[in-house]
Amino acid sequence: MSSGLLFACVGALLFAMGIAGVILIGNLLRRVLAFNVMGSGAFLILVGLAQRNDVPDPVPQAMVLTGIVVAVAATALALALVRRLHALTGKLELPTDEI
Amino acid sequence: MIWLILLPLVWASLAFILGAGRGKWLAIAGLAAQTGLAFDLAAKVGAGGTAISHTIGGWGAPLGIDLTADGLSAAMLLLTQCVALPLAVYASAYYKRDEAAGAYFWPLAGFLISGLNALFLSADLFNIYVTLELVGLAAVGLVAAGGGAQQVAAALRYLFATLVGSGLYLLGVALIYGAYGTVSIEVLTPLVTSETPRLMWIAGGLMLIGLMLKTALFPFHFWLPPAHGGAPAPVSALLSALVVKASFYLILRLWIGPFGPLIAAAEWLAWLPALLGTLAIFWGSWRAIRAERLKLLIAYSTVAQLGYLFLIFPLLTGHGAIQAGVMQAFAHGLAKAGMFVAAGVLIKATGQESVAGLAGAVERLPITLLAFGLAGMTLMGLPPSSGFLAKWQLIEAALDRGYWWLVVVVLAGGLLAAVYVFRVLRQAFLLAPPGQTVATVPRILEWTAFALAAASVLLGLRGVELMQLVGVVA
Amino acid sequence: MKRFVVASGAMAFAVLLIGALLEPLPSGVDLRVAVAANMTASGVEHPVTAVLLNFRGYDTLLEIAVLLLALIVILASGIDTTSDRSRATSSILQTLARLAAPLMIVVAVYLLWAGAFRPGGAFQAGAVLASAAVLLHLTGLLPSWQAPLLTLRWGLTAGFLIFLAVAAGLLTQGSLLQYPPAQAGMLILLIEVGLTLSLGLILAGLFLFLSRDPGDDS
Repeated sequence: MSSGLLFACVGALLFAMGIAGVILIGNLLRRVLAFNVMGSGAFLILVGLAQRNDVPDPVPQAMVLTGIVVAVAATALALALVRRLHALTGKLELPTDEI
Repeated sequence: MIWLILLPLVWASLAFILGAGRGKWLAIAGLAAQTGLAFDLAAKVGAGGTAISHTIGGWGAPLGIDLTADGLSAAMLLLTQCVALPLAVYASAYYKRDEAAGAYFWPLAGFLISGLNALFLSADLFNIYVTLELVGLAAVGLVAAGGGAQQVAAALRYLFATLVGSGLYLLGVALIYGAYGTVSIEVLTPLVTSETPRLMWIAGGLMLIGLMLKTALFPFHFWLPPAHGGAPAPVSALLSALVVKASFYLILRLWIGPFGPLIAAAEWLAWLPALLGTLAIFWGSWRAIRAERLKLLIAYSTVAQLGYLFLIFPLLTGHGAIQAGVMQAFAHGLAKAGMFVAAGVLIKATGQESVAGLAGAVERLPITLLAFGLAGMTLMGLPPSSGFLAKWQLIEAALDRGYWWLVVVVLAGGLLAAVYVFRVLRQAFLLAPPGQTVATVPRILEWTAFALAAASVLLGLRGVELMQLVGVVA
Repeated sequence: MKRFVVASGAMAFAVLLIGALLEPLPSGVDLRVAVAANMTASGVEHPVTAVLLNFRGYDTLLEIAVLLLALIVILASGIDTTSDRSRATSSILQTLARLAAPLMIVVAVYLLWAGAFRPGGAFQAGAVLASAAVLLHLTGLLPSWQAPLLTLRWGLTAGFLIFLAVAAGLLTQGSLLQYPPAQAGMLILLIEVGLTLSLGLILAGLFLFLSRDPGDDS
C-alpha cells in the first residue's frame, strides 16, 4: 500500500483513540490532549488520502492548514476554561452532580 | 446576501475594539440592517422560484466555494435575524453597566450570528465545518463569559460535546473528499449513487452522529440543560432558539442532498431519528415537569421540543414534511426565545431562580407572564399559534403515510408541555408570601419578551407564505 | 463497564474504517488539474498558498475569525489582574533570548515573503512572531499582558479588518474575494502582512493574557 494510505490508516487509529479518550478520561487536561489526538487523526486521513497517488493534491493540504488553526483556537479556549475552572474550584475534573 | 455574513463580522470586531457602550448600538443597528437584508433575500428567492447562488472568487465549485440561498436557507436566515434583533434590544437593557459578561456579549454574539448566517448560506462541506466551529466556540464563549464555577463547568461540558461533534463531522468530510475528490454539495450530490463505497456510509454515519450531538438529540442531550439553564437569559435564548437549529438544518440538508441515495437504499434508517426524537419528547418533558429551577425547566423543554424536529425524517418521502420541520423550528425558536427572555425578567424581579419563588409575580409583571403564556401556547400547540400549525402539518404528513403512532406522540408531547407550562403559570398567580418583594425591571425587557412570544403566535396566521418559501429547495 | 464498551467500540470503528479505506475508491473529481490550470491567474506560485488565499480564501477569512473569537472568549472568561510575581531567571537565558528574538523576527518576515513560492505564509510567520514573544516572556524580559487597551485591541483586530475590507471592496467589482488577476499578488501580500501582525499578536495573546493566574508557576 502506498505511504498515503498508510498515513490514512494510522489516522483512523488515532481518531478512534482520541475520541475514546475524550469520552472516557476524567482529567480535563488529558481530555484536551485526547481531543488534539483526535483532530490529528482526522488531518492525517485528509493528507494521507491526498497523497495516495503520486502527485499530492494541494486542496486537502490547505484544508488541513485551516483545520490546524481551528484546532489551535479550540485548544486555547479549552485550556483557558480549564485554568479558570481550576482557579475557581481547585479541581481539574468536571463536577459529576446533576443539577 | 454576502453582507449577511460580512456585516456581523464587522460590527462584532468593532464592538470588541470599542467596548460595550458603543458596541451595543453598533450591534442593534447592524442587526436591523441584516433583518432587512434577510427579508429582501427571502422575497427574492420566493419570487424567483429558484435558489440564488454566489460563486466566491469567481472560481466556482469544486475549485472555489459557493454560497447558495434556497427556500430553506432563506427561511433559516429569516429566523436568525428575527430572533437576534429583539434579543439584542433585550440584552442592551439586561446587562448592568460594568459586567464583564455584558461587555463581551456583543462581539461574541456578533461572531455567533455571522457564523450562523455563513452556515445557512454555505454550499461547501468543509466551509460548513469552519462555520460550525465558529458557531460552537462563540456559543461556548457566551456561556462562559463572566461566569462562576458552575457556568464554566457547564461551558466546558458544552465545549467537549461540540468539539467531538465537529470532529466527527470533519472526519466525515475527510472521507467524502477521499472518496469523491470534492466537498461541494452541488458537485457531490449527482455523483453519489446507491453503489457508493463503504467509506461514504461511514462518513454519513459519522456526520449524522456528530450533528445529532450538536443538536442535543436524546441521548446526546447531556450538555444542554446545564449550559442553557445556567447561562444568562439572553445567551440561553440565543442558544436554544438558534444554535441547536443550525445543526438540525445541516442534518436535513445532508439528508435530502448528498446522502439521499443512501437513505433511499436503506429506508429503515429514517426511523432512527424519529425514535430518538420520540424519546427526547418524553424524557425532556418529564424532566421539565420535575425541574425546580425555572431556566432548567425551560432548557429541558428545549430538549423535548427538539424531538419534534426529528419526527419528520420518516415523512420526507411524502409531502409537506420539510415545511412542518421549518415551521416547528420557527415556532420553537420564537417561543423559546420569548420564554427565556420572560424567565430572565422574572428571575431579575424576584431575585431568585426557582419556580416556587415566582409567587406573586403576576401583580408586578403582567406583560411578562402574558408573554410566557403566549410562548407556552405555541409550545403546547394551541391554535392559532405557529406551534399549532407545525403540529398540524406534522400530523397531516404522518396520516398521509399511515403512521398513526407519530400522531399519538405529537399529541402526547403537547399535553406534557401543557403540564409544565401551567406549572409555572399557576405558581406565578399565587399570592406572594408576606415579606417577599418583586422588584421592577425596565419596561423594555418585558416588551421584548412579549414581542417574541406574540410573534410566535401570530406567525400561525401568516404561515402560508413561509411554507411557499420553503418549497423552493435547491 | 463503560470503559470496556467505549474502548471496544472505538477499536471496532477503527477496524471498520481501515477496511473501508483500503477498498478501491470511485473516480470522482480531480482538483489537481483545476488548481494547476488556474495557477497563473491566482497571483502566487505555490499551489497550497493559492488554494489557501485565493481559491478557498473565504475559508481563511472565517478561520481568522475563529482565532480572534477564541482570544475574545479567553478575555471574556476572566483573566486575573493580580500582581505579577517577578520571574527569576538566569542572565544566560536572557542574553540568549535577546539574541534570538531579532533573528526570529527576520525569519518571520522571510516566511511571510516566501509563502508565495514555497511553504510559508502569514500563519507560519505569525506563529514565529508569537514564539518570539513567548520566549521573551519566559525569560522575564516581557511582562504578561493585562486586559488589552485600545491600541492592542486595534492591533489584534487590524489584520482581520483589512481582510474584510479587501473582501468587501472586491465585492463591489465582482464576487466576494474575486481578485483581478493583475493585482492578485499585491492584494494577497497586503492581506498577508496585516494577518501576520495580527496573528502574531493573537497567538502571543493566547499565552500572555493567561500567564499570571495566581497559585501556579507556569
